[in-house]
Amino acid sequence: MTRSARRTRRTLQVAGAGAAALLALSACSSSDDSSSSKSDSSASASPKMSGTVTVFAAASLQESFTTLGKEFEKANPGTKVTFNFGGSDTLAASITGGAPADVFAAASPKTMAIVTDKKDAVGTPATFVRNQLEIATLPGNPDKVTSLKDLTKSSLKVVLCDKTVPCGAAAQKALTASKLKLTPVSYEADVKSALTKVELKEADAAVVYKTDVHAAGSKVQGVEFPESANAINDYPIVLLKNAPNAVAAKAFIALVQSAEGQKVLSAAGFLKP
Amino acid sequence: MTQLDTSDAAAETLKGGPRRRRVRMTGRGVPLPLLVPALVGLAFLLLPLIALLVRAPWRSLPSQLTSTEVWQALQLSLFSATAATAVSLVLGVPLAWVLARTEFPGRGFLRALVTLPLVLPPVVGGVALLLALGRNGVVGQWLDSWFGITLPFTTTGVVVAEAFVAMPFLVISVEGTLRAADPRYEEAAQTLGASRFTAFRRVTLPLIAPGIAAGAVLAWARALGEFGATITFAGNFPGRTQTMPLAVYLALQNDPEAAIALSLVLLAVSIAVLAGLRDRWMTTS
Amino acid sequence: MSNLRTTAIEGTDDKGLDAHLIVDRGTFRLDVELTAAPGDVVALLGPNGAGKTTALRALAGLVHLTDGHLRLDGAELDRTPPESRPVGVVFQDYLLFPHLTALDNVGFGPRCQGATKAESRAIAAEWLDRMGLAEHAGAKPRRLSGGQAQRVAVARALATRPRLLLLDEPLAALDARTRLDVRAQLRRHLAEFEAVAVLVTHDPLDAMVLADRLVVIEQGSIVQEGTPADIARHPRTDYIAQLVGLNLYKGRADGHTVTLDTGPVITTTEDLQGEVFVAFPPSAVTLFRDRPTSASARNLWHCEVAGLETHGDQIRVDLTGELPLAADLTTVAAAELDLHQGALVWATVKATQTHSYPA
Repeated sequence: MTRSARRTRRTLQVAGAGAAALLALSACSSSDDSSSSKSDSSASASPKMSGTVTVFAAASLQESFTTLGKEFEKANPGTKVTFNFGGSDTLAASITGGAPADVFAAASPKTMAIVTDKKDAVGTPATFVRNQLEIATLPGNPDKVTSLKDLTKSSLKVVLCDKTVPCGAAAQKALTASKLKLTPVSYEADVKSALTKVELKEADAAVVYKTDVHAAGSKVQGVEFPESANAINDYPIVLLKNAPNAVAAKAFIALVQSAEGQKVLSAAGFLKP
Repeated sequence: MTQLDTSDAAAETLKGGPRRRRVRMTGRGVPLPLLVPALVGLAFLLLPLIALLVRAPWRSLPSQLTSTEVWQALQLSLFSATAATAVSLVLGVPLAWVLARTEFPGRGFLRALVTLPLVLPPVVGGVALLLALGRNGVVGQWLDSWFGITLPFTTTGVVVAEAFVAMPFLVISVEGTLRAADPRYEEAAQTLGASRFTAFRRVTLPLIAPGIAAGAVLAWARALGEFGATITFAGNFPGRTQTMPLAVYLALQNDPEAAIALSLVLLAVSIAVLAGLRDRWMTTS
Repeated sequence: MSNLRTTAIEGTDDKGLDAHLIVDRGTFRLDVELTAAPGDVVALLGPNGAGKTTALRALAGLVHLTDGHLRLDGAELDRTPPESRPVGVVFQDYLLFPHLTALDNVGFGPRCQGATKAESRAIAAEWLDRMGLAEHAGAKPRRLSGGQAQRVAVARALATRPRLLLLDEPLAALDARTRLDVRAQLRRHLAEFEAVAVLVTHDPLDAMVLADRLVVIEQGSIVQEGTPADIARHPRTDYIAQLVGLNLYKGRADGHTVTLDTGPVITTTEDLQGEVFVAFPPSAVTLFRDRPTSASARNLWHCEVAGLETHGDQIRVDLTGELPLAADLTTVAAAELDLHQGALVWATVKATQTHSYPA
């Protein structure tokens, strides 16, 4: 009994650390699900928090979520957070295919819609961060790139993400909005590949996320560009319907949305929602 | 009499005469400990392909396949796989000969190195190619500054990436055939006045032709399905570097049905080509 | 060095083969001197592993000489690669190129020497015709019989007009019947051949029928050299004696008695002194179950039967004991004597049937 009591206190601590507004959001999503017996214990004062939380998250979240996972485990002894990082589409496909996951954090509302359309999510997904596009150039920006328009110069080798992946869709949106036509040398399969091409100096510039530029450190130089305002990407997070560990999952979502969680995410270059 | 029969058949297949040889072994003759794993193995190999057929979006298939991107990708795939096979033949057959027929210190080690691309994850192979032949690569920077040649993001780059991954298959196959072939034929040719190269060209090459054909088919098949090294080294641009596997992978991101349709096309074309070649080339021996 | 070369060039009348072949192969060393005039047919005879084939390969250039020299018609060939040597080789299993017709096999050499396709085919057709194989010109080797393949191989080697023809066990791959025909034909072709021919064989009959001169090699060195008749009569090693079917012993002669190194004494017809060989054919041996009383006590030995072997219509008896020897009996005689392994017999040889010569 003492053990379970202690656990409860810990949970309360975590919940307390979360921002009140976000707590309300989390409570809101749980109240949607009040018909299910499980969700009775979804209140922050839940006494039973243990076991494994399985989180499917977009690859760009890898660093910050890993940090948050460790914090969560520290704050809740007896719990374990396991991650499956990957392309949001692939993750969405495996969730709708029946993969046993508790939480899904996607890199775009579009990929999240795959899961919500199949009614595999509980409640409405909440946007927890936003990611803005940035131009990654060679260190020192030798080509003096300052805007998206500069990339249309034919002398530059530019790589974009393929339109089928979120960063490519966002770049296309920004280009269309600013009425620019850009022919890259390659449409890369994911944001990391696009960045690698610049890191290896095979391409002069790539349009990627701010967080990716941040993660690449000194190997590339980020250039913010005004047109990126037209293509800011929302990252939604949601509790999944068939979550094996809904209690702990909710607590993890709360942590992500808490001030503490947001601090970790901003440090990685994400924008607040 | 029977002996005469078989030698006739063999002689005719060598000439490329009747293409089908009747299978003489009946199911009755296959022992159970071989038959069961054989059937399981067959099922294991075929099941994913059957699943692909079962789940294929047959109704929307025609519209999926009429897009120009698909045909571009298919054309590019066939062209670059064939070109990569040609490169592998031109460089790989002599390499196999050197490995099989000459003695020098470190040959065993070299042989292991040659097979390295087989175990290397293709993406790593692609990165390695970038580091070697990229615009800023160890050799690539000279190609760029001396000849103005850059390989990444070009169709040539696709061929290079595919050849890198496919050539070991050819080298291993040809080297094996060369080791099995009697080197004294080359000696006989030499005593008749042929230089080592002439002996190779006029005697060894025709003798190991079936092995070369088998190796070329393997290399071609591997090149056709190549994904990792290609997308890493050559990137992905429709009509220039986007081969079928790349198109399939990207389609999978948001339109699995299209991906299945594309896979079916790739599958159908490869089966047609491989079956055609098998009949023509690989019935010998 | 330059001196040597000048002699070689000037000595153009120095026709034929002049070779001293030294090849080191691990612990094995081949050291053989061979000379032959144009028209000579020399047979290298020896047991397996004696180095015959190595010698042949060294002549062809397929094995490097460790030391020694190789001159053919006055030209130094030591460092010449095989394709530039005027040497033709008939390999043991012929090594006809399986993907080429008989005609193209024979035409291969001329083609490599620079003839056009048409010319080389004309040359090849002529050679096949000479070998009686005109109607097999279009056949692939797998369709040829053993004898036909052998003749194609000879034609292929001769079509390059070599100054040295090498034949490695040219008849070994043939069955006994074909062998007889092919041997006779080969003998004719070799007799017509105007340059030097060297053949390697382990079959004494082939060597004696085909060659003018035999060179016997054992363990990498020449042990005996001479005409077939000479060698058959005066074998100098056990191997040669066995080969030509003689019992051979080495001992010290004092008049008509030869005391062998191992003890027994043989009475001979020849009157010699010092180191000698004594030889007699197995057919000269007579066997008895009981000690013969009538026979003189000379050349009588008590032996044990170690083995029996049918040899044509004869039985070859292998004997051990005082004097190891081979005896040939008719099957009837063997049956009468009730010979079996381990049986004890008395063996005698008449002095008049022995033959002794200085060692």
